[in-house]
Amino acid sequence: MKTESRLEKVLNAGHFAVTGELGPPKSSDIETLKHHAEAMRNHVESYNITDNQTAIVRTSSIGVAASLIQMGLEPNVQMTVRDRNRICLQSDLLGAVSFGVKNFLCLQGDHAKFGNQPQSKNVNDLDSMQLLKTFKDMRDEGIFIGGEKMDHPLPSIFLGAVANPFADPFEYRPLRLAKKIAAGAQFIQTQCIFDIDRFERWMAKVRELGLHKKCYIMGGVTPIKSIGAARYMQKNVSGMIVPEELITRIKGAEDKKKEGIKIAVETIQRLREIEGVAGVHVMAIAWEEVVPEIVESAGLYPRPTV
Amino acid sequence: MRKMIVGERKPLAEIAEMLEPFRKVCVLGCGTCVTVCLAGGEKEASETAAALTLLAQKEGKDLEISTHTLLRQCEYEYIDDYAEKLAEADVILSLACGVGVQTMATRLQDKIILPGLNTQFMGYPLQQGVWAENCLGCGDCVLDLTLGICPITRCSKSMLNGPCGGSQDGKCEVSKDVDCAWHMIYERLVKMGMESRMETIQPPKDWSTSHHGGPRTIVREDVRLENRE
Repeated sequence: MKTESRLEKVLNAGHFAVTGELGPPKSSDIETLKHHAEAMRNHVESYNITDNQTAIVRTSSIGVAASLIQMGLEPNVQMTVRDRNRICLQSDLLGAVSFGVKNFLCLQGDHAKFGNQPQSKNVNDLDSMQLLKTFKDMRDEGIFIGGEKMDHPLPSIFLGAVANPFADPFEYRPLRLAKKIAAGAQFIQTQCIFDIDRFERWMAKVRELGLHKKCYIMGGVTPIKSIGAARYMQKNVSGMIVPEELITRIKGAEDKKKEGIKIAVETIQRLREIEGVAGVHVMAIAWEEVVPEIVESAGLYPRPTV
Repeated sequence: MRKMIVGERKPLAEIAEMLEPFRKVCVLGCGTCVTVCLAGGEKEASETAAALTLLAQKEGKDLEISTHTLLRQCEYEYIDDYAEKLAEADVILSLACGVGVQTMATRLQDKIILPGLNTQFMGYPLQQGVWAENCLGCGDCVLDLTLGICPITRCSKSMLNGPCGGSQDGKCEVSKDVDCAWHMIYERLVKMGMESRMETIQPPKDWSTSHHGGPRTIVREDVRLENRE
């Protein structure tokens, strides 16, 4: 069963897909976010809406998704298992589908320790794998966890998950991807790619297992805004590898921001050459305005009509 | 006894504050788990009593402190043997774990029992002076799947299907001092040639057997006394 998801249609048609990312603010005023969404309307298929990223309280992903749909844009609702138990996760899926969300990204979520509510209870009733399988079963079997039949089957949804080639144990990571596909992942977005050699080694194994034919793999790309931002990701963001050479290169550049954009564009171009990479997920959190330039410079504009 | 309930004594200021309304205090150590983890045994009871006496003198408070140590504050028969010796005190500062404090409060209905420890976890001594948590008592053990490393307790996110994306260099994203449980499980399974186990999608855990199902009681008819009231 096919959804009306633009992201799914673009990927199914064999086009190299582009998704963007929007981080909701620490207030209910989402005007700036809407402005950013509008600015990349013609440059991305759909937008990830982060779910209280890094465990900081923000406007909910589903709430922002409602606004995006009103604007005629397509959200990829991120859902972590950190803050909601299985009752709430299944209920929120139904709620989001009821107003037209088609794409969901199932995540574990950063530990609450990293956020602004470190005293909170980490829920983790399900894990990210179980969340994927739960949503798949709700869609394909029409059942809730435990086997109870839903009143009506769920309309088709497009299920995504994340993969991190930069986490350890490295040799296990492709096997973990296989497991996520078995659990229901139809598309994958990876952690930000700065160490492209390691990413290529991971992809080689992914191809060996034939996984690139079982799901769409989108490479995560983040433009580096400053040396400080690079250092922050290198030292403080879990599961990231930012090679020192990259920082040296930006340091040596006259226009550091321009260099950051250039590196992102080069990364996309290199990703396009790798067999089995079906698209890119551009995460320019707190630098959303450069997304159109990156997409255009990478030769991915205009986006295909499907 | 190597496995145990591990606790840490509450800060002296907090203890002094909770003892504020009382004059005759019995500091009661517990001779089992918290003795082994050096938090609430005979030695710690004496030290706590001495520190409280000193503090009371400094503040000019009339405090009468006695100390005793019970082998197990979590069993009625040991409490009963000691009840007379505790009769004098206005209040008992129990250095037992939360189980001991509550068993005492249940058995000695006329006494005020206050907690002198923060009960931490079920664990074991990793090395001299270091204790590590390794069981949450979830009521549905999965150590068979992971060959003896508990992901419910030792993975910061209690994941059942492998390591999250925050695992790097064998460490958990939460702290460089915390080993990634799933990294350890993976290496152990590889060593035993059983890594294909990680391919199985483990279904959502039944948390109803844990505290999430409400306070738990175990009834064993086979060992109950026939004429029990």
